[in-house]
Amino acid sequence: MTGLAILATVIVIVPLIAIFGYLIYKGASSLNFAFFTKSPAPVGELGGGMANAILGSAIVLALASAIGVPIGIGGGIYLAEFGRGTKLAAAIRFTADVLNGVPSIVMGLAAYALIVVPMKHFSAYAGGVALGFMMIPTVCRTSEEMLLMVPNAIREAALGLGVPNWRSVLSITVKTASPGIITGCMLAFARVAGETAPLVFTALGNQFWSTNLNQPIAALPLQIYVYALSPYDDWHRLAWAGSLVLIVLIVFAVSLVRYVTSRGVLKGAS
Amino acid sequence: MGVGIEVVNLNAWYGTNHTLQDINLNIPANHATALIGPSGCGKSTFVRCINRMHETNPIGRVTGSIKIGDLDVYKDAKPVQIRRRVGMVFQRPNPFPTMSIYDNVAAGLKLNGYTNRRSLDEIVEKSLKNSALWGEVKDDLKKKSGASLSGGQQQRLCIARALAVDPEVLLMDEPASALDPVSTSKIEDLIFQLKTQYTIVIVTHNMQQAARVAEKTGFFLNGRMVEFDSTHKIFTNPSDKRTEDYITGRFG
Repeated sequence: MTGLAILATVIVIVPLIAIFGYLIYKGASSLNFAFFTKSPAPVGELGGGMANAILGSAIVLALASAIGVPIGIGGGIYLAEFGRGTKLAAAIRFTADVLNGVPSIVMGLAAYALIVVPMKHFSAYAGGVALGFMMIPTVCRTSEEMLLMVPNAIREAALGLGVPNWRSVLSITVKTASPGIITGCMLAFARVAGETAPLVFTALGNQFWSTNLNQPIAALPLQIYVYALSPYDDWHRLAWAGSLVLIVLIVFAVSLVRYVTSRGVLKGAS
Repeated sequence: MGVGIEVVNLNAWYGTNHTLQDINLNIPANHATALIGPSGCGKSTFVRCINRMHETNPIGRVTGSIKIGDLDVYKDAKPVQIRRRVGMVFQRPNPFPTMSIYDNVAAGLKLNGYTNRRSLDEIVEKSLKNSALWGEVKDDLKKKSGASLSGGQQQRLCIARALAVDPEVLLMDEPASALDPVSTSKIEDLIFQLKTQYTIVIVTHNMQQAARVAEKTGFFLNGRMVEFDSTHKIFTNPSDKRTEDYITGRFG
């Protein structure tokens, strides 16, 4: 039995290590200072980097988190604390589960129809909205699950002290569940960070340095997609390097949030 | 100082289940009053009606009146105001797991917007001394989580937390039933000291415990209060046959 469990663990880990190893093998050699500081070189010229795409991804993901995290957590709090047993809660839960299953390209189309078409141009906003909406169901449902795991005795303790219900929910229940809620947010973040499809007709991509939220913006997954499909060897190499950087940045961002939020946790608290 | 509690025609329901029927009694100020009875007899529901915790359950319903001193619990005030005057200690120790020992004790005040740090320090120290925990935790107040303490210490922490908001009444719902004998006796000693300052209502399964700590004892059975008298009389010469059967161990 133990042997089977170990085998299963190995099978789970092998693809991860294989992908990561292959990315380092293919991509590390093309990583250099210019990759992080320069925008893409014009067609036909060698060199150039993905600085604009790294920045663009950061901007689009920040927008997405600004939309997905508060709405998702708010929804989770409603489902677990205020709407228990109501029809509205059941409807929200069902909708969130359906939304979670919607293919990412459809989310991109929705953002295209809702934002790009009325604004008449592609923009970072549209990309952020598409990714943000993709984060909502994951954040919402994991927040709900985590809040439901908080023992009722903790809620009663707070209410018994004469703390109003809303205050007890925010300061006690959510705080107690916060490690799990943060994990849920990180999962959602990591999932959308690598999404390409929802960005194709929202953020569109951009060959130049741009921080204008109202204009098309570059993103790592888009840049990788374009470069990988190109006929140039130099671009292929940059695409590999971009993939490596994307994964490293996601791991870095997740670890950073984990570290920051785990500080200040007391001994014996779990 | 504690105040007396006057209960008149109290009825309570869980859904269609009539868990408390026509309860009438007067709980004296600054004494410990024990409520005994078999499981499911309504004694826990009764104390949860005193601080209006019963209605936090969506299917809970109450009629009748309870007066704490001059305050009519179900007419004059909101539940949160009642609960600040009526502290509660639960069956299982339930410190806030993410908070330090200090923050656990200060929680009731802080969450109600009280921020004067110096007097918070004093209140935390006084509450922990009153719950006989100060000596064991004074060096780890802000370093250790409330959840890192032993079960008995956690329960005394919960008592300190309840005392910190300066209540007049302290409700204890089987406070020692999840604890070992040593911790139990510490809790009982504590009840002895605290009843000079607070009106204490303690629900217990343990009849010796009721006999040890309480001046008055009420016997509950099937949602009704069968008998309420001095503890001595209940345990030596009860006037109701059912009380006698219960305390002599014929059922329950």
